[in-house]
Amino acid sequence: MAVSFAKPSLPGPKDIYQAVLSNGITVLARSNFNSPSVSMGGHLPAGAIFESDEKLGLADFVASSLMRGTQTRSFDAIYNELESVGASLGFDSGVHNASFGGRSLVEDLPLLLKLLAESLQTPSFPKDEIERLRAQLLTGLAIRAQDTADMADMAFDQMLFREHPYGRPSDGFPETIQSITRKDMKDFHRRHFGPRGMVIAIVGAIHPKKAVEAVEKFLGGWQVTAQEDAPLLPPLKPVRTTMRHHHTLTGKSQSDLIVGMTGPRRKDPEYMAASLGNSALGQFGMMGRIGDVVREKSGLAYYAYSSLHAGVGPGTWEVNAGVNPANLKKAIGLIEKELRRFVKSGVTKEELADSQANYIGRLPLSLESNSGVVSAMLNIQRYDLGMDYYHRYESLVRSVTRGDVLEAARKYIDPDRLVIATAGP
Amino acid sequence: MANPITQVTLKNGMKIMLKEIHTAPIISSWVWYRVGSRDEPTGKTGISHWTEHMQFKGTKKFPANMLDKAISREGGRWNASTSHDSTRYYETMPADKIDLALRLEADRMTNSIFNEKEVASERTVIISEREGSENEPMFRLSEAMQNYAFRVHPYHHEIIGDMADLRTITRDDLYAHYRTYYVPNNAVLAIAGDFETKPMLKRVRELFERIPKGPIPTRLARPEPPQKGELHFSVEGPGETTFIQLAYHFPNATDPDYLPLQVLDSLLNGASGLSYKTSRLYRALVDKGHAVDASGWSEASIDPSLYRITITVHPNRQPEDAIAALDAEIKKLQDELIHIDEIKRAVKQARAVFAYGSENITHQAFWMGYTAMFSTYDWFTTYLNKLAKVTPKEVQRVAQKYLQPSNRIIGTYIPKGREG
Repeated sequence: MAVSFAKPSLPGPKDIYQAVLSNGITVLARSNFNSPSVSMGGHLPAGAIFESDEKLGLADFVASSLMRGTQTRSFDAIYNELESVGASLGFDSGVHNASFGGRSLVEDLPLLLKLLAESLQTPSFPKDEIERLRAQLLTGLAIRAQDTADMADMAFDQMLFREHPYGRPSDGFPETIQSITRKDMKDFHRRHFGPRGMVIAIVGAIHPKKAVEAVEKFLGGWQVTAQEDAPLLPPLKPVRTTMRHHHTLTGKSQSDLIVGMTGPRRKDPEYMAASLGNSALGQFGMMGRIGDVVREKSGLAYYAYSSLHAGVGPGTWEVNAGVNPANLKKAIGLIEKELRRFVKSGVTKEELADSQANYIGRLPLSLESNSGVVSAMLNIQRYDLGMDYYHRYESLVRSVTRGDVLEAARKYIDPDRLVIATAGP
Repeated sequence: MANPITQVTLKNGMKIMLKEIHTAPIISSWVWYRVGSRDEPTGKTGISHWTEHMQFKGTKKFPANMLDKAISREGGRWNASTSHDSTRYYETMPADKIDLALRLEADRMTNSIFNEKEVASERTVIISEREGSENEPMFRLSEAMQNYAFRVHPYHHEIIGDMADLRTITRDDLYAHYRTYYVPNNAVLAIAGDFETKPMLKRVRELFERIPKGPIPTRLARPEPPQKGELHFSVEGPGETTFIQLAYHFPNATDPDYLPLQVLDSLLNGASGLSYKTSRLYRALVDKGHAVDASGWSEASIDPSLYRITITVHPNRQPEDAIAALDAEIKKLQDELIHIDEIKRAVKQARAVFAYGSENITHQAFWMGYTAMFSTYDWFTTYLNKLAKVTPKEVQRVAQKYLQPSNRIIGTYIPKGREG
C-alpha cells in the first residue's frame, strides 16, 4: 500500500482568514484550489424569535421572499442570472437566524455576492410573487399535515418546549400564513435585517483576502440604524412526568415515533460527552444500541436511531423510529428499556473507544467539500469554539471519560420524565 | 479531464478502475454488481434489494455486528443501494484504512452466510421500509407509473418489491440469487482517492483475483413494445394535495438521442442539483399559477427508460389545466428552433455541476463504476464536449420524436381529504 498520504488539512488559525467589516459583518474565508468552485454560507439574527404567535411563519415567509424581486431585479431576472451560470443561492430561517447559502464557479462569485447583497438589502416583496409564494407555503403545510415524521416532530417540540419559541413550528400554520400581509413582511425586514450580527463564510478557489474584499464591495456599505436586539429565551418549563401525544393520521401504513427530552447547548462543557454517549446509544455502526435492539434484533423498523440537536439554546436528545402501527407500543417499550440501561451504567469502555475513534477518523471526510468547511467555520464562530478547534479536536474527543458520559446522560435523561410523540393511524 | 484512470480486467474477469486524487487523505471504494430489480421474475420481486441488505449480515470472518463497527471505528462511511440495473456497495475511508474495506468486499463477494434468523428479521425490516414508502403519495404514484409504463420489460416493478413477494421469498431464494450474480466476472471495483496506483493494484489482485469466476448470469431483458396511445391512471390516498406524474418513454444512456434529450431536459427542467426557477416547466406551470412545483428527471439506464415530470397542482387549480399548459410548452419546443445560447447555457450549467462533484471523492468514484454499468468511463469524461456539440435542430428533432402524447402515461394522485 502507498505510505505517504495527503496531509489532513484541518482548518485552523493559520488558514482561516477572519475580518470584521466596519458595519459589523464578520467574514471568514479559506482557500481550496482543488476545484474551480466556491461555496458561501452565513446567517444574520432575523429568525422566528421575533414573530408573534398570530404571525407564526413570518420570518420564514420573509426569508423565502428575499429573492422574489428586489428594487432593481425581478424574480425571474435574479434566477436567470444565477441559473445561467449554474450557480445557486437560497435563504432559510430558524428560530434565531435567517441563513443563506450558495455556490458557483469561482469566476461567478461576484455575481453570487451581488445577488446576496441585493436580496438582503433591497427586497421589494412584489405582490403577485408574495401570493404565489403563499400558495406554495400553504401546499407545503398541507403536505406536512400528512407526513407522519413531521407531525410527530411538531407534537414533540410542542410538548417539550411549552410557551417557548422552540415549541413553535417556524413554518407556521395555515391560518397564520394566511394572515401575514405584505406590510408585515416589509416591517419585519426593516426592523430585523441588518449587518449587525451577520456572519458570512467563503471557501473555494480564491485567496481569502480577495474574498473579504469582494464581501466588502457588495455588503460593506450596508447600514441599518433600527436593527432590533433579539429577546432573551424564556426559561424552560420542566417535564415532571412522562408526557404522551398521538397525532392520528388515517390511511398511513407506518407510524413515526419520537421519545426524547432536552439536551445540552452546543457551548455546554458536557456537549462532547453527551455527543459521544449518543453515538453509542443510537448512531455508531448500524444506529448504535437503539438500532441493534429495534432493527437488528426485533426487525421492527427500517430506521431507529438517536440524535442530539444542539444549538445556541437548549437542545433536544431524541430517539426516532418508523414502525408498523401495530408495533408502536413494543418499540417504545424497547427504547425506554435502553434509556434506563443507558442512565444506569452509561457506555462500556469499548463503546466509548469505538465512538472516539469514529469521531476522529471521520473528520477529514466531513471537511472534504467546500460546503463542509463553510459549515465548520460557521460553527466555530457561532458557538465560540475557537479558531484552533479542529486542531484541538482529537484531544477534546479523547479526553472524554466513561464517567463524563454517564454524568451527561444522567443530567439530561430521566426515563420517568420522557416526552413521547407519535403520529400515524 | 485531469487525473487519468487505470482500467484493468483481472484473470477472473473482474473489472478494476483506479483513479488517483491527492487532494485529501481519503479513499472511496465501490463494488458494483450487474444485478438489479430488472433481473427479478414475478414472485421474486425485491430480491436484489433484500440480498443487498443481507450483505450486511456477516461472513464468518466479518460477523454481522463486527462489520459495522469495524468500518465506523475507522471513521469510514459505508452504504449500499439497489437500482433497476445494478447493486452497489461503497466505503469511503481515511486513506490509510482502506485495506479493511477491500478485505471486507472481497470476503462478502462469496462468503456471506445468509443465516435463517437474520433473513427472518430482515424480512420485517424491509416490509417496514416499504410501509414507510407507502406513506408517501409520490411513492404510490411512482409505483403505479412503472406498472403502466412497462408491461413487458422488467423495469415494471418497484425496486423494493411487492408485499406478496416480501412475505414469501425464502432464505434459499436469496442465497441462490446471491451466488448467481455475485461473481467477480459480474462485478466492477472502482476506487478513487489518495493512493498510488501500482501498490493499490497489487493489493486488489491479492484480494480479488483468487475468487473463482462463475457463469455470466443472463439478464432479463424483454424489450417493451412501443406504446400505442396515451395512457391515463389515477391513485387515491389521504391528503389535500393533487400530484401529477407524467412520463415519456426515453432512450437509454448510449442512444445517440440521449444527449440532445439532456439539453432538452435542461431547458425544461434546469440543471441537476440546482434551482430550476427559470426552466420552461417552472415558468409555464408555476409562474402561471397552475402548479406550486414542477420538475423532471430521467436516469441513465441500460434499456430505454422514462423521462418523468412531476407536478404539484396548485390548490385552486385543476390538473387538466396544468397538463394543457405543459402541452403548450412542449409544442413550442417542437415548433420553434431554440437559440444556440440556450445550449451554451446548458453546457455552462453542466460544467458547474461537474466542478461541484469534483470536490467530493465519493462522488468521483461513484461515476467511474456507474458509467461502467451502461457504457464506459469515456461517457463521463466526454460528456461536456458532446453536450456542447448538440445543435438546435437535434433538440427540435428529439422533442418531436419523444414528447408525443402517444408515447406518454399520465398518472394523477387524487387526495381524498384528511380522513383518508
